[in-house]
Amino acid sequence: MDEIKRYDNRLGVWGWLGGGRWGLERYAYILHRITGLGILFYFLLHIVVTSLRAKQIYLWEEHHLLDQPIFKFGEFLVFAAFAYHAFNGIRLVLVELGFAVGKPIEPVYPYKTSLNTQRPLLIAMMLLALIFFVLGGYRFLTAAD
Amino acid sequence: MGGTKYWTWHMAAGVLILFLLGMHMLIMHTALLPRFSPYSTGTDMVKNTLLRDGKLFFTVTYILMLGLGLYHGLYGLRTMLFELTLNSMTEKAVTFVLVIVGVGLFGLGTWAAVIAHSIALAGARG
Amino acid sequence: MPETSHAVRQVNFHVTRYNPESDSQPYVMKFDVPVREGMTVLDGLHYIKDNLDSTLVWRYSCRMGICGSCGMLLNGRPGLACNTQVLHIAETNLTVGPLPNFEIIRDLVPALRSMFDKHRTIKPYILRADEAELNDPAGEFYQSPEELESYLQFTYCIKCGCCMAACPTLATDARYLGPMPLTAGRRYNTDTRDEGRRERNEITGGPIGAFRCHYAGECSRACPKGVDPAKAIQLMKRRLVLDYLRLTRKGKPCQKLHGPGEGKPLTNIAAAPQKTVGH
Repeated sequence: MDEIKRYDNRLGVWGWLGGGRWGLERYAYILHRITGLGILFYFLLHIVVTSLRAKQIYLWEEHHLLDQPIFKFGEFLVFAAFAYHAFNGIRLVLVELGFAVGKPIEPVYPYKTSLNTQRPLLIAMMLLALIFFVLGGYRFLTAAD
Repeated sequence: MGGTKYWTWHMAAGVLILFLLGMHMLIMHTALLPRFSPYSTGTDMVKNTLLRDGKLFFTVTYILMLGLGLYHGLYGLRTMLFELTLNSMTEKAVTFVLVIVGVGLFGLGTWAAVIAHSIALAGARG
Repeated sequence: MPETSHAVRQVNFHVTRYNPESDSQPYVMKFDVPVREGMTVLDGLHYIKDNLDSTLVWRYSCRMGICGSCGMLLNGRPGLACNTQVLHIAETNLTVGPLPNFEIIRDLVPALRSMFDKHRTIKPYILRADEAELNDPAGEFYQSPEELESYLQFTYCIKCGCCMAACPTLATDARYLGPMPLTAGRRYNTDTRDEGRRERNEITGGPIGAFRCHYAGECSRACPKGVDPAKAIQLMKRRLVLDYLRLTRKGKPCQKLHGPGEGKPLTNIAAAPQKTVGH
């Protein structure tokens, strides 16, 4: 059996991004990873920038460096990413501790899965994230501050 | 059970960060907690920073947030990288680099928080 | 009963072909197949093999959705060829490919060995401390309806591999156990007759176990038998966290029923009717 040549058919990173038509939960997972990476990237820079205050360098004040529009918009993006990541994260912590997925049942066609059971939670979290997204837009993108 | 241990802490850190970072957002970006941002924002942001740095509560909370955030973020990144089916040498290297980055930045941030605390106290006195 | 239309429409089957002896990578071949309402993808493949290209190769057996042999990628979604009617998922074009995340042996045949090897590592059988009792039991184990219901759904798995093909983690992480082995692990962990949960936790709680699942839910959407592996894995995660935090309550051991001739006779049952033959 081992002499037969096989073709490695893994989807690779394409499997992360698009290998077929997917459900809402899978897109939620992709967005959770993207926002996580974005927040991490910002966080690592944030640590360095705020640590400079030990040398009495206040980068966010001097020369109004961080008031450039690109930074203001970036700040909004990070806030939006945090809002999404936090609310989806709440959903994930609940689901991964076994809440909102339902009990094992006798499968009767058409099948209802745990995805159906946790869907209201997903919608609720998305609405909350949207509310904070709008609040963040108002706070970060308008001329206030 | 290694995976379970790290993931439980990852989830716990996430929940704690939710509250701590939520408070951080409220203080930094809203006027809902004037006790911690009494000076008007815009030109007096540094005064607000010094005020908070002088309070031990904030120094401790900043260090806590730093540690939790670094653990949660870097462990998440490690999970994503490990899911790319790396060989064991690369896995060890990735873990090593992430631990160094994490410990390094934690050290930097903690040192800065402590120094800032003393600067703020000195400024308040003098 | 609603009338089934006998109208025939031509559907283009875009079938992945791969012969390891002559091809360096898979390619797609188009076949024009006449499809009537009610025809399954499996019927279409048989039509191709009988009339258009007898070299097409795929796995099938029961043709009724119970053996799990004919798992394929149908219009980008994993499913069983025998269970899927062509006109339910396609109008004029249908792509048929082998299940992703497995090596291709030939044409539409995936190498499922990796899935079964992973399945074996979680010990998919009842584990009890007393080996002698397992091999030479003195009586049956009692299972209440509630005890059965706690794992029954996860016993319906037909090992077709559709969940493994749908999982985004398996797309890049070849070592991850995957939904099918983890569901099988959950099935045995919750079975009150089993005592092997802590042994299985070493694997399922480790770096290739349940925590590599991030609840994309694609496995449960793809499963043709409604096993809901995503639910099994999340419930397993709960149990792993509780075990790690030592918050697990000691469960009731599974009751043994007495063997024939032992135990108290029941007094409230009706007497057997009189014998009428051979009296």
